Amino acid sequence: MIMAFKYQVLLCPRPKDLLLITYNHIDTIREFVKDTPVVGNKVDETHRKIIETYSSLPEGEFQLLRQTLLIFFQDMHIRVSLFLKNQLQNPNGRFSLSTSGPVPYGMDVPGLIRTFDRKGREVRRSEFPTGGSYTSPIRKGCFELHGDRVIRLGMNMYTVNHPEETHTSKAHSVKTDDTPNLLAKEELNLLARLMGSMKADDMPKTETGFQINLFPTDQEEEEEAETSSGAEEPLFGVINIQAMQDEQAATQLAQIVGQFAEGEEQPENLSSSKGDDLLAMMDDL
Amino acid sequence: MTSYVEVVALSLWLQTTRRLTPDHLLPFQQTALPREDRSMYHKEKSIQVKNSASALYNNLGVLRIAPRHLTYFTVVHANVVNMVSASWDGLNYSHRQLQSKEPNVATSTSLIMQAAFCPLPSRDLLVVTSQKGIQMYESDGSIMVYWHALDTPETPTAQAVFSRGISAVRESYICVGVSSGAILVFDVPSKGSNITLSEVLKEHKESITDMAPECSGSQECIADLVSADDGGNLCVWKSGEDFQLLNNIPGFDISCPSVKLWKGTVVAGYGTGQIRLYEAVTGILHAEINAHARWIYSLDIAPFSGLLLSAAEDSLVRVWHLTMTPETNSVEVVHLHNECVTDTQICGAKFCDGDGYAFAVTGYDLSEIIRYTQS
Repeated sequence: MIMAFKYQVLLCPRPKDLLLITYNHIDTIREFVKDTPVVGNKVDETHRKIIETYSSLPEGEFQLLRQTLLIFFQDMHIRVSLFLKNQLQNPNGRFSLSTSGPVPYGMDVPGLIRTFDRKGREVRRSEFPTGGSYTSPIRKGCFELHGDRVIRLGMNMYTVNHPEETHTSKAHSVKTDDTPNLLAKEELNLLARLMGSMKADDMPKTETGFQINLFPTDQEEEEEAETSSGAEEPLFGVINIQAMQDEQAATQLAQIVGQFAEGEEQPENLSSSKGDDLLAMMDDL
Repeated sequence: MTSYVEVVALSLWLQTTRRLTPDHLLPFQQTALPREDRSMYHKEKSIQVKNSASALYNNLGVLRIAPRHLTYFTVVHANVVNMVSASWDGLNYSHRQLQSKEPNVATSTSLIMQAAFCPLPSRDLLVVTSQKGIQMYESDGSIMVYWHALDTPETPTAQAVFSRGISAVRESYICVGVSSGAILVFDVPSKGSNITLSEVLKEHKESITDMAPECSGSQECIADLVSADDGGNLCVWKSGEDFQLLNNIPGFDISCPSVKLWKGTVVAGYGTGQIRLYEAVTGILHAEINAHARWIYSLDIAPFSGLLLSAAEDSLVRVWHLTMTPETNSVEVVHLHNECVTDTQICGAKFCDGDGYAFAVTGYDLSEIIRYTQS
């Protein structure tokens, strides 16, 4: 949680964009409480107060605010699995800072040197290599009560699209052996049998069971379903698990339980003959 | 088809010459200036520091002690200044920590905004500015020779109070900026702790970010000091018993976190990533560089060679060369070198010597001082 906060403050493009990140948070909260108008009004009131207090703060003071927050976060390098997975954080705990992409709003793309004469006329332009690949800024975010904030920081990290991740997983499927791992299938079947002992009677008709997503995100699954609908073989092997009550399995289990009940006398016999068996083993030595 | 080939050839030609030449080009020859060299500097062994650097403007102090073959470095971490004394042969490092001071309190939580060395002809002092006041130490940090408390209001206000912006000026002055925009001028005797507040300059309306003295060593320059604030306004001063304001160069509501003054030219770095060069006394704009993709945090000039160092939150340190042409009273800027400090928002960058043979860099959350030397 604290690393997410640090991430947002550190990667904030311009100091004033701290407000846009805050407004992203507030927009999401407003969405959560949209069914409760009383709470919704309170959220709007808070938003208005923030606009009132901070809108006129100069950029330099926002930077001071950000610098003070960064002192609080200093030396925290907790690794967060979501960040590591999305390559936002390195294995050493530091966040990855890109040297490419759009520059913050209001800034110029680096690379230009302009020289002027004493009358203010431009007399020369030259370019220099920037060591990165920067592009023009995207449009300005909205600082009002409602509007497009433009920047993605402060939005739900679990639903943000990460196209790079899909590419890596596709590469993996090319490299690995295509023959299915039989043990994996057995393990999943065991899981199905264990889950099959759940009663399916109470569940509503619309829900036929539940899905387990072990690795890909929901979005990837949907995309995968769309792209592979025409293909012969899907890229990811999909194993269907029926997690409904299996009558046959239940009766089999009942039989096994019955066998244990019958064999209650046997353990006593076993214990008495255990000593004899042990003696026999020792005689053999 | 042929027009496409021509366009490609033209763009290749433009890329190789790296400039778009207008018709009325003045006769500057670039052959005399150093050309860009990718291997100009190489990374040396870093110096480990006890704590990581805080995200503050100009967060690196360097003082070269030639007679003892030592260099002192200072890096600010929250309420502490980390000092490292490094021997030139790279074998000996000694560390010291200085705390910010608060009256009547044993351990202070007052945040330090900046620590900088003030080399004067008679002595070198280390000045530390914080939320509570200004401390001055002997250059090795051993003894505190002076403490000045800031006027803090009795009831805390929403407005932050702190001191920031440090500069030694001419023979005996040390100037320190305050969050109100005022500049405190201290008179420093050649020995002892009898430092006095000589004057308070009230010109800036916004918090002082940085200040710099004329560093060329030339006695001909009229301007002695430049000060910058959070609104990007620059004030040029002449020192003396009463400091005199020579010029006020207005800003564009963009903070100027770092500023330098060399041969009568103000070099200012802004929050937009731009560097602008002005003629100090007149305010005439010589050049404008779209230098960085994020907020600039530190500038430095090597006075003997005219090398300029710029560092920003975009992880890049850039080396430039400045040339003054006295006949045409103009300034030329050439880009020489880039260094990328991966995944780091740089907060301090300084040359370690007057020629710019080596420079050092600090970054937020990094517990080391990274050094680079010319190849």
